[in-house]
Amino acid sequence: MKLRTFFLLSGIIFCFTLQSYAELSIQITQGIDNPIPVAVVPFTNESGGPFSQDVAQIVTNDLEQVGEFIALSRSNMLSMPSEEQEVFYRDWRLLAQDYLLIGKINQQPGSQLVQVQYEFFDINREMKLAGEVLTGSVTQLRDIGHTISNVVFEQVTGIPGAFTSQILYIVSEGAGPATTLFRLEKADYDGARPQILLESAEPIMSPSWSPNGQDVAYVSFETDLPRIYIQNIATGQRRQITNYPNINSSPVWSPDGSKLAMVLSKDGSPDIYVQDLNSNELMRVTDHPAIDTEPSWTPDGRHLVFMSDRTGQPQIYQIELGANSYNVERLTYDCFQCAKARFLPDGVNLVHVRRETRQSPTYQISILNIETLRVITLTDTALDESPSLAPNGSMIMYATKFNGRGVLDAVSIDGRVKFRLPSSQGDVREPSWSPFLN
Amino acid sequence: MGNQRNQFFKVSLLVISLFALGACSSTSETEEESSPGSESGATSSNSGSASSNAGSSSGQLTQEEIRAQNALRQTVFYFDFDVAEFKPADRETLTYHARDLAANPSKRLRLEGHADERGTREYNLALGERRANGILNYFIVNGVARSQIEVVSYGEERPQQSGQGEQAYSRNRRVEVVTQ
Repeated sequence: MKLRTFFLLSGIIFCFTLQSYAELSIQITQGIDNPIPVAVVPFTNESGGPFSQDVAQIVTNDLEQVGEFIALSRSNMLSMPSEEQEVFYRDWRLLAQDYLLIGKINQQPGSQLVQVQYEFFDINREMKLAGEVLTGSVTQLRDIGHTISNVVFEQVTGIPGAFTSQILYIVSEGAGPATTLFRLEKADYDGARPQILLESAEPIMSPSWSPNGQDVAYVSFETDLPRIYIQNIATGQRRQITNYPNINSSPVWSPDGSKLAMVLSKDGSPDIYVQDLNSNELMRVTDHPAIDTEPSWTPDGRHLVFMSDRTGQPQIYQIELGANSYNVERLTYDCFQCAKARFLPDGVNLVHVRRETRQSPTYQISILNIETLRVITLTDTALDESPSLAPNGSMIMYATKFNGRGVLDAVSIDGRVKFRLPSSQGDVREPSWSPFLN
Repeated sequence: MGNQRNQFFKVSLLVISLFALGACSSTSETEEESSPGSESGATSSNSGSASSNAGSSSGQLTQEEIRAQNALRQTVFYFDFDVAEFKPADRETLTYHARDLAANPSKRLRLEGHADERGTREYNLALGERRANGILNYFIVNGVARSQIEVVSYGEERPQQSGQGEQAYSRNRRVEVVTQ
């Protein structure tokens, strides 16, 4: 008993020294009123190390970032168990915790491999909910942390976690038109570990992640004209997909990955087309002298949603593929401008960018239920655009302006939770959230 | 004759004040202002010396040719919010551009359309093209061959002036005429 007290005391001192590592510059700008209390105990280093990544802190950041959870401060922990025998439920009940995550890390001498064992407990029901040993390279501790976050999130909410997902986005940096550099970058969902996929002196636009997570389609002006390219994310190998006159833009993958919807103005005005990626066959979808752009696929892959200003201002429309191209259904009526729409997986709720009236020049991320016609506006900043949905459907990442610079924000689909990504250099915009990656 | 001179006087005054205005409100136009030198009097604020400069340094040019030269020097055309048609005040200048192209069939131009940052990016890409096409069509009506013109839209991707607010936005809604 005395021994255990000593162990606990030393644990408390240990945690004080650890706390200075506890920053990753994510900014939670809005949380929910009653987040779920969870204790994430610092993982014990059984052998090897010290490690550059604090796995428990990565999990803590993940859970707090999505707003559903509040993590117990390490300095308030009464004990620091690293395996099941050391867990005393009463300690955690006293601290009003609902859940507990513990773990330990082993690294064989001279090896790059680490084994991370974690265990996850329900304090009120006094039972272990999950636990396993994850093996990876010491450089993958961050991925291992995100994997554990996925398990915790799913155990508590019943929804798969999206913490191992990644994002693509565009950065522009430079003083003026002549010196601006454009980059296509990839990062973890929380902005960590950014990686440059393409850099150009000419604009890059509209990155779109393929459904299998292996490729990105985007628009590059590298030939002085906007053309669509597909690039393999791992190898960097790329190919030009289009070279039609005038605008070639807005590539979006079909749900099965076999086709790209796109916008071409080769016949006068921008219209929606679908190109089959195997046969290269091009199918025209809309035919209207106004601007038709920003296509997106319905979850069943049988319709396209798009924006058109055929009535004077941007509104959202839907068309059935293979149907008569004039058989178009209008989906929005009650906004001055509604644009950049895509359905949630339920096929009923439509995420879009909304400007309510001509008098109020603000653009916000909203969701329209096309059955009840109820509209929920999720954001309250002025220049919000390019909404992209997390693979588990729980959050939307979008671009906005903060202190005059482009930044990426995320909001939960109920609007309750918001966070801002750590901003790198330059203007960041056009996020594309990956599918579930394996 | 006197009437015509009077009119020339007014036009050159207008052109000069346009250049002067540009010099005040824009930093990125400096390359255009520095390159023509002093031959047209664009750097002078005195209209009297401007016309005499123009007359003396290029003795054989008619007043109409001088007017045309001045017009061709304007290569950026600004647009009102949410409007794809060029401003009526630019019609005369664009007419000179069109005549110059029609008279020189080997000349090639690129019309680069731009939009301000409000509204979605892909819509703005289309709006920039619509603006450039407005000028393209005006050129064609005035005798320019389609093959002389390339149209490209940059949407909101290449602002002339960064920042939020009408000051920046009004500089970014534009079509630039680029000689190739």
